[in-house]
Amino acid sequence: MSKIVSRRGLISGLAAAAGASGLALAARLASRYGLIPPDSGGIYGIGETLTYASQRLLMSHHSLAREFDRRHISKVCPVNGPPPEDEIYQRHLAGGFAEWRLRVDGLVARPSTFSLAALKRFPPRTQITLQVCEEGWSFIAEWTGVPLSYVLNLVGVRPQAKYVVFFPFDSFWDSLDMEEAWHPQTLLAYGMNGQDLAAGHGAPVRLKVPRQLGYKNVKYLASITVTDTLKHIGKGLGSSAPEVGYAWYAGI
Amino acid sequence: MIAATGMAEPAYFPAAAVHTAKHKRRIKLNAPRHSILVRVTHWITTLSFLGLLVSGVAILLAHPRLYWGETGTAGTPALIDLPLPFLLGGQSGWGRYLHFLSAWVLVLTGFAYMVSGLATGHFYRNLLPSRTGPSEDAFRTYRAPQKLAYLAVVFLLFPLMIWTGLAMSPAVTSVFPELVTVFGGQQSARTIHFLITNILVLFVAVHIVMVAVSGFIRRMRAMIRGNA
Repeated sequence: MSKIVSRRGLISGLAAAAGASGLALAARLASRYGLIPPDSGGIYGIGETLTYASQRLLMSHHSLAREFDRRHISKVCPVNGPPPEDEIYQRHLAGGFAEWRLRVDGLVARPSTFSLAALKRFPPRTQITLQVCEEGWSFIAEWTGVPLSYVLNLVGVRPQAKYVVFFPFDSFWDSLDMEEAWHPQTLLAYGMNGQDLAAGHGAPVRLKVPRQLGYKNVKYLASITVTDTLKHIGKGLGSSAPEVGYAWYAGI
Repeated sequence: MIAATGMAEPAYFPAAAVHTAKHKRRIKLNAPRHSILVRVTHWITTLSFLGLLVSGVAILLAHPRLYWGETGTAGTPALIDLPLPFLLGGQSGWGRYLHFLSAWVLVLTGFAYMVSGLATGHFYRNLLPSRTGPSEDAFRTYRAPQKLAYLAVVFLLFPLMIWTGLAMSPAVTSVFPELVTVFGGQQSARTIHFLITNILVLFVAVHIVMVAVSGFIRRMRAMIRGNA
């Protein structure tokens, strides 16, 4: 019996060692290929990492979010929360955003600022996509804006860039990995259903990321920073969402 | 040495358990009620199902209304308006973290169970209804309705739960749009996900009652130690 036990012990030991080294190797590879989300700590981080890594591998060829016909546009497009009370924002809102400028800086060759009129002069993209709130409700709307990739090309992203961070006039800052940032459906949207973006929907410009849930679509943009690390921004978890208990990656 | 291991522990080699007619009777008497793999996956699945249920309710309470089709929100007609409060206290945050962690555990465990169940003939031997009628040993076998219930849970309800879960992911449906279009939309998938949850909870309730009335201690021992 003891022989059997020790034999089984040996096999389990070898299996455990193989498993542990396999996991260590997988973790190193995942880190190298950018498959570990910034909020990967803790027990829940295991699930988040599995989800983020598997979906990133699955979507490695710029898969497009579903787009719809005009007749699918929802009659009810709820506004989730009022626009920021921030004094500067309120002044821009009152002035029709004429003085508003979007700053783009960080790991770029040419840090720049763009007026709303300048963004509207760039080649636009219009898409009718589904926006799903993590609470459960959803609507379909037509969004018009300039692809983020166009602006990134203008400012010249440096090769070491890993994330693009979005700072709004409210506290819900967020970030995207480069895969999502370069994606053709990732827009700096200034129009919704054929009109200028309403204040409640994120005027003057909001981010549209239709392959992720609603809360990833940052409203009231003020500035954009390209970076190679998220460690020194906020609590270092990649966005404001994990700081209040929600996942950084919102592909599901 | 290998033979000795096999004889001492037939439970670990369920596929090899029925070799010769001579061994058959002895093994049938000694063989555990449930193989080690069935026992381990049963309890991991129990834990992850509980995690999924609790977190699923936490997520649902953020918006306890269900719709049909592609979209739905307050101000549009609901298919099911649950008499529950809208809880926006952030419980869907830990709810979502726990839901996806539990889902991964359940999917990986379920995968191991499926592969081993097919490889060892577990489904064929123990869950496929036989034409010869129920065996006289009621403790060791199931009747046809029971077998069909288990088969439905394993091969129909859980796969549908995973499917409708993935159909709610905008990232996954960007790669496989058909996952959601066959249900008629993202909200339909959410509603089906909820309805199957109810069937699974009903299944678990009946399952626990049946275990309780057919000898709780003996059944629990069989699912923990293998033998009753």
